[in-house]
Amino acid sequence: MRAYLLSRLAQTVLVVFLSLSAVFVMVRLSGDPVLLFMPMDIQAKDVNEFRERLGFNDPLPLQYARFVGGAARGDFGESLRYRRDALDLVLGRLPATLLLAATSWLLTMGVAVPLGVLSAVHRNTLLDHAGTVATVLGQATPGFWLGLMLIYVFSVKLRWLPTGGTGTPAHLVMPSIVLAAFFAARIARLTRSAVLDVLNEEYILTARAKGLGEARVIGKHTLRNSAIPIVTLAGLEAGQILGGAVITETIFAWPGLGRLTVQALLNRDFPIVIAAVFVISVTYTLINLAIDFLYAWLDPRVRLRP
Amino acid sequence: MNHLKAWLGIGLTAAVVAAAVAAPWLSPHDPLATDFAASLRPPGAPGHPLGTDQLGRDLLARVLHGARLALLIGVCTVVITAVGGGALGLVAGFVERWPAAVLMRLADVQLSFPFILLAMTINAIVGLGLRNIILSLSAAGWVVYARVVRGEVLSVKQRDFVQAAAALGMSRVRLLLRHVLPNVAPSVIVVASLQFSSFIVAEAAISFLGFGVQPPTPAWGSMLSEGRDFLYVAWWLAAFPGAALTLTALGVNLLGDWLRDTLDPKLRV
Repeated sequence: MRAYLLSRLAQTVLVVFLSLSAVFVMVRLSGDPVLLFMPMDIQAKDVNEFRERLGFNDPLPLQYARFVGGAARGDFGESLRYRRDALDLVLGRLPATLLLAATSWLLTMGVAVPLGVLSAVHRNTLLDHAGTVATVLGQATPGFWLGLMLIYVFSVKLRWLPTGGTGTPAHLVMPSIVLAAFFAARIARLTRSAVLDVLNEEYILTARAKGLGEARVIGKHTLRNSAIPIVTLAGLEAGQILGGAVITETIFAWPGLGRLTVQALLNRDFPIVIAAVFVISVTYTLINLAIDFLYAWLDPRVRLRP
Repeated sequence: MNHLKAWLGIGLTAAVVAAAVAAPWLSPHDPLATDFAASLRPPGAPGHPLGTDQLGRDLLARVLHGARLALLIGVCTVVITAVGGGALGLVAGFVERWPAAVLMRLADVQLSFPFILLAMTINAIVGLGLRNIILSLSAAGWVVYARVVRGEVLSVKQRDFVQAAAALGMSRVRLLLRHVLPNVAPSVIVVASLQFSSFIVAEAAISFLGFGVQPPTPAWGSMLSEGRDFLYVAWWLAAFPGAALTLTALGVNLLGDWLRDTLDPKLRV
């Protein structure tokens, strides 16, 4: 177990290092970051001074070495726009994003798994067909359009919910529904097919033959055995939820990491972009590490090896 | 139910393709022609079945031309990623030396980052516009093919007929092209059909956020972003481009599901 953890940790460091290097290279390839960032009407002497101050006049290998050295200490420089430490700015926005992501993840699981199980158990009934229609539509509907339409109905017309911002639970309703919709549809479909697979297994027949109630057959014997693919997808989706949050946060003016990243990209404020890449890839690998431990718990045959 | 889904998928996709091809003839107006006197007309206004936008441009014309752009971007991206990612996966699965291992690790690194954010970051760096959005989506999307194809190649290589052909002295290149490639092709087609809608939705999302295709080009994403500013007074500006995008994604998804069930039922993407 310890060897496994250590090797995973080393992999995480490698992944994060490579992602950061890739962003560094891409940013430098795209041209002079100072010119990209600066407004058109800036004077040449200011450009040069700014460049000198941020070290953009040094040779590239030196810049890269300095970048890696800084990153190792968690120092990504200061935001070009806000003149504050980039990582602090990003971390300051993380709780809002985690709140949104966790709410929609719970919503996803709370709706999608029961829906998938019910569809599988009552296969080819009206309920199953209704579930199929809902999941197919949910997968096809882009979140940003769903968000706009919800705002139109519930904020503009009915005036039940705020259009955006944060503060009360009411602010959380639409963003988490929008973020959950797509993933809930995928999880529900997968749950249905995973449960159907398990229901065909002989041990389910045995469980029924020995007179177990249907609730126990489904709740204990089926669900736990169909959990592995569901957990895998749920873990992959957890990372994509972070990506989906970018759009949802922008629509609902949610002050999270995603909106900060979009604004930083629009402003060409690359220190923030790089710090955000760092935080997102670390979060994502941690989630996947947690998923691996969940596998071992769900299925004792799984051995965690480096 | 499955037949119904397949037919719905084929019907919707065919309708979108037909609308895109025939856009110049179906449109009542030029999608870029402004008419400020007739701005923000609601749907059903004379001469403007879906209404007009804030500059008086005909919404139906813009939605129809948006279909052209969406399909163009979708097709280009899918072809580039399928050929590029597929070729890399083919070689990585066949060669099994260290460059292949490095490539697949790079793929893992790339997969540890949300697709849409990656494509958007690349787009912000390489620059906006139609060509660059296709490049960005391709750079972010090739990984899926590389992985699926490599996995398939590793398993096809072990099959008896490939082993037999190798034992008979068939050259490696011929082996790859004659025996391995045809057996991997169905998976590539299935992945491509399933990826298609995520590419066009991603493009719309990226254009919506202000990158990608820029106004006044009629792209669904940037139309939605303009419609957002007028949500209080003109719901149709956001409703119709989004509905078109949803119907397209729905049709292509259903078509992709049907292709998977037919060609490669075991594949999980």
